[in-house]
Amino acid sequence: MSTTTIDGHEIHVDDEGFMTQYDEWSEDLGTVLAAQIGIEMSEEHWNAIRFLRRDFPENGETATLRRVATVGGIPTKQLFVLFPKKPATKMAYIAGLPKPRGCV
Amino acid sequence: MRHLVILGAGTAGTMIANKLRHRLDRIEWSITVVDRDDEHHYQPGYLFLPFGGYSRKQVVRSRHAFLPAGVDFVVGMIDRVVADENVVLLEDGRRLPYDQLVIATGTTPRPDQTPGMLGTEWRRSIFDFYTLEGAEALAGALTRFDSGRLVVHITEMPIKCPVAPLEFTFLVEAWLRERGIRDRVELVYVTPLDGAFTKPVASAQLGGMLEERKVHVETDFLVERIDTERKVLVSYDEREVPFDLLVTIPLNMGADFVARSGLGDELNYVPVDKHTQLSPEFKNIFAIGDASDIPASKAGSVAHFSVEIFVDNFLEHIAGRPMTGAFDGHANCFVEAGDDKALLIDFNYDTEPLTGKYPFPVVGPMDLLKATRVNHLGKLAFRWIYWNVLLPGRPVPLPALMSMTGKHVPEPEPDQQEA
Repeated sequence: MSTTTIDGHEIHVDDEGFMTQYDEWSEDLGTVLAAQIGIEMSEEHWNAIRFLRRDFPENGETATLRRVATVGGIPTKQLFVLFPKKPATKMAYIAGLPKPRGCV
Repeated sequence: MRHLVILGAGTAGTMIANKLRHRLDRIEWSITVVDRDDEHHYQPGYLFLPFGGYSRKQVVRSRHAFLPAGVDFVVGMIDRVVADENVVLLEDGRRLPYDQLVIATGTTPRPDQTPGMLGTEWRRSIFDFYTLEGAEALAGALTRFDSGRLVVHITEMPIKCPVAPLEFTFLVEAWLRERGIRDRVELVYVTPLDGAFTKPVASAQLGGMLEERKVHVETDFLVERIDTERKVLVSYDEREVPFDLLVTIPLNMGADFVARSGLGDELNYVPVDKHTQLSPEFKNIFAIGDASDIPASKAGSVAHFSVEIFVDNFLEHIAGRPMTGAFDGHANCFVEAGDDKALLIDFNYDTEPLTGKYPFPVVGPMDLLKATRVNHLGKLAFRWIYWNVLLPGRPVPLPALMSMTGKHVPEPEPDQQEA
């Protein structure tokens, strides 16, 4: 675990750059993180990210795509459009949450 | 008299019934176990059925034979649990009141959940091997298969025994070689993960083994539907993987009564504390084995190790004391590699599978994360241990919590002592 500075904020990240402190995140930071992986945030993107942020404290785990679809109400197909190729990983990165465990 | 009701007579439910019957006073506590049938399947045996190893008789026994005297075994379909009234309702109208409830109804492959999977090609060119019928049907299909694209596919995680799709791939590759037709078959491994396995050290090792065996790996593939006319898997991002023979692991879900009872998450798994496996909502409902949502492998070894911790916790819990045991997510899995060799992996919530020796340092005799004959023999011997030692609740001389003894830690911190 180490720290890095993004957009003037010092944040704690893991080896792969996922933020490790829930409270260090802000929407401004999310916008910067999204831009780093080539995503320009729209309201639709934010809907998904805000669901992940709300869900995490209740469940202690980053929501899976299935959970975002069934509980968050955003179809899986749309998540692949918004966050191409690796939606679960990309959403977690932008939302400042742990990389989703692959469920060993 | 107080009532303990255990839903499910699989690995976890049977072990719990055996261990607790010896520990709970017979006058004070009744134990009732419910299952929909009287067939206990040794599920790890399914893996060998498609290749003609093991017969039905070797993997199926009656459930009641493994339950001790003093336990009521009820065969019936569960309608739902009414948690607010502490009662289980069966579909035939029977009511089972409980003081403590253990949900151990596991997880089940659900081919009905992916459009096209249960269609016209099911058991014709599309097979599963996580059911006895599926594994037997696949055995027939493999004898008729002599060329083309054989695709091994995982629908979505989590699945029970997450290493089994890899094992099947290694075994089928060796089997094709033995039959002299390996060069006529294109082998493809399709996974929703970003690599062969979930944890870095094991993923690199197992991914390397797929590469050596010339198995093409298609990663980050989340299937949306199967086009049965064209025989292709279609992903949500519109990639396609064609197949001649598809061996799929369908979506796994917990039992439907869990959803009907309002006790499940989006896949019908029961949310519980990952160390005690007690529901945070109902202080007399536990979920053990594959039925729970703990972030551990859905595997018999996890059920086994967690039961060891659960039993002592349960006795504290009913005595009104805090539970002092904490399950660590310990899993221990043999991984068949083909050619009569196997790997062994041993890990928990915090420690990924590493190389080393097991259970003892230096002498092993098992090697971790390395294909050896001894590991393969261990896997075969385990079927006897399962029926004769594990299910009856006899002590297995392995620690329930994971130990770092014998494991090689990749980059130890400077101040850390090698175990």
